[in-house]
Amino acid sequence: MRMRFAPALLVLAFAALLSSCAPRREEGVVLKFWAMGREGEVVTALMPEFERTHPGVRVEVQQLPWTAAHEKLLTAFAGDVMPDIFQLGNTWVPEFKAIGALRALDGEVATSQHVTQADYFPGIWDTNIVDGKLWGVPWYVDTRVMFYRRDMLARAGYAKPPQTWADWMKAMTAIKRIVGPDNYAILLPSDEFEPLLALALQQDEPLLRDGGRYGNFRTPGFRRSLQLYADMYAQKLAPLNRITNVYHEFGMGYVSFYISGPWNMGEFKRRLPADQQDSWMTAILPGPSGPAASVAGGSSLVLAASSKHQREGWQLIEYLSRTDTMARFHELTGDLPPRRSNWSHPRLAGDKYAQAFGEQLERVKPAPKVPEWEQIATEMRLVAERVTHGELTVDQAAAELDAKADHILEKRRWMLARKEGE
Amino acid sequence: MNSQRAAWCFAGPALLVIGVFFFLPVLAALVMSLTDFDIYALADLRNLRFVGLRNYVELLQTPLFWQALGNTLYFVVVGVPLSIAASLGAALLLHSRLTRFKGLFRTAFFAPVVTSLVAVAVIWRYLLHTRYGMVNHGLELLGISPVDWLNDPHWAMPAIILFALWKNFGYNMIIFLAGLQSIPDDLYEAAGLDGAGVWQQFRYITWPMLGPTLLMVSILSMSAYFQLFAEPYVMTQGGPVQSTVSVLYFMYEQGFKWWNLGAASAVAFILFAIMFCVTLLQLRVAKGVDA
Repeated sequence: MRMRFAPALLVLAFAALLSSCAPRREEGVVLKFWAMGREGEVVTALMPEFERTHPGVRVEVQQLPWTAAHEKLLTAFAGDVMPDIFQLGNTWVPEFKAIGALRALDGEVATSQHVTQADYFPGIWDTNIVDGKLWGVPWYVDTRVMFYRRDMLARAGYAKPPQTWADWMKAMTAIKRIVGPDNYAILLPSDEFEPLLALALQQDEPLLRDGGRYGNFRTPGFRRSLQLYADMYAQKLAPLNRITNVYHEFGMGYVSFYISGPWNMGEFKRRLPADQQDSWMTAILPGPSGPAASVAGGSSLVLAASSKHQREGWQLIEYLSRTDTMARFHELTGDLPPRRSNWSHPRLAGDKYAQAFGEQLERVKPAPKVPEWEQIATEMRLVAERVTHGELTVDQAAAELDAKADHILEKRRWMLARKEGE
Repeated sequence: MNSQRAAWCFAGPALLVIGVFFFLPVLAALVMSLTDFDIYALADLRNLRFVGLRNYVELLQTPLFWQALGNTLYFVVVGVPLSIAASLGAALLLHSRLTRFKGLFRTAFFAPVVTSLVAVAVIWRYLLHTRYGMVNHGLELLGISPVDWLNDPHWAMPAIILFALWKNFGYNMIIFLAGLQSIPDDLYEAAGLDGAGVWQQFRYITWPMLGPTLLMVSILSMSAYFQLFAEPYVMTQGGPVQSTVSVLYFMYEQGFKWWNLGAASAVAFILFAIMFCVTLLQLRVAKGVDA
């Protein structure tokens, strides 16, 4: 019932004591590599090849569950037991850069024969640049596109998916007319902030202003995005209640549009019956006036500033970033590669469902690069939820979001002001 | 003089351990709750500011904190009496002369206490599953339509209470059983001779004789139930719609998700103050009953 940290801490301290008392004699270099979830499991299969081509280097892969990864990394930093190289969600890069846990990679990339910036999707590469320096190399990418039912759209009179917001609303209204009051047109997962963030990133105004010192949610742009989001609920195009099995509901026509990420390509292929495989498709997100941005998600590979094996660590990053390793990694995980040259390989080029992702990735935009962003985005989701329940108007929500963001960023402002004063 | 020195020698090691591993961290946490310790301070201590009572003031203005407090009170107010009733009921049944296979039942009732919470939580998630769970299957046999236990904001907390109840009642049951066994048999014999029925024997002998045990069990359960954390952490992650966010869960998110250790420490001390007050109240009430 209560948290029992104390015994665990004792054991940890004791273990640390023991290991420091008895230094093991190792031949060569042992690289500690932390990776999360399924990637951490699969990446071990790529290590024998690296160890074969780099004699004297051994890689110890440790797998972290995604749910605990963030706190484990911060705890490791606080306890000064960081790994040499680790996987980092690219939205976490600003935070780990701010605490000084990362090493800049500009020098390595400049002389590298394998990591060539021009081959990477620019929006994804950009997520790793904070304060003008590069802190990570993209490993795999993630974004949000639109999954849709081709047959439903055809029944509503559309041969192609809508590309603009106006067309999108029209198509959804037409579908709603066909499916009736008990069904809906679109599913926007309300436990994620990404769908609204994607719509917000399509606007020209940044979401934070003055170098990430204040919230910038009262702009006409953000309010338009939030208005669109709210309209989908107000006009009963999107359901408010929770859905337990998306695949079943999507197959039944409960919703015909669904904003989601790459992992669902595999799920839809697996979970929808064979006779429905031709009726679903993916498309890039409609924009205010034609194709526009979406979120730039995914993970990067980074080097710990504290690592004593920077050279070997970089060699491992380089090995994992090679197009042939990435192709193999894509085969093993289904994760989308960040390099354009991988997208012309037959395996990806021949996948009709993946094409929209490739197209969308050319247009992705990073979220504001401040350590506090995830907290602000969570507030954005909660405030938007209240708008969809009719508790707040769009203008009230924008004002409240600005107030919350300003509050969260107070410490950042204080630190920046102090730095300028020095 | 000599015996005093011996006393210090005996108590010393324990005091030292308690001082280093309990009082010192608590004191550090108290100091931390007056600062804005966060990831920036973690990187560089010059980024630490002393903010006085600001963490406390801001917490009291945070709606989610109040919701977490409300959820926790719900859990305590419903869970503790139910838990005590279940423990006492089970103890009375086991203590009865008519019960056979006492050892078997005692072990069976106590088993949930010693099993790993995470493992049984996984099993309970299956039991509570909307479509395939045995709980809903049973309800269906009674003609009650299925409940989406862990995804419905109204039912998630009752489901957690049910789970916690099942997991914990065996512990108090053992304490009650010990209490029951220490009541002299001649009291019951005398009452029987005077013509007291089963209910009267319970009301006028068992209940008052169990008084001190009851007080201890209620204080222990209360303080344990206030520290609700692992159940929602494993089963619902605070959802749906934050209906199972407890005070400790809120503190955990503040501390280890957003790394606002200053604010998280403040939560800990507010919870401590609340539990302290409730315990005082319990002692006061118990004294009033005794007098």
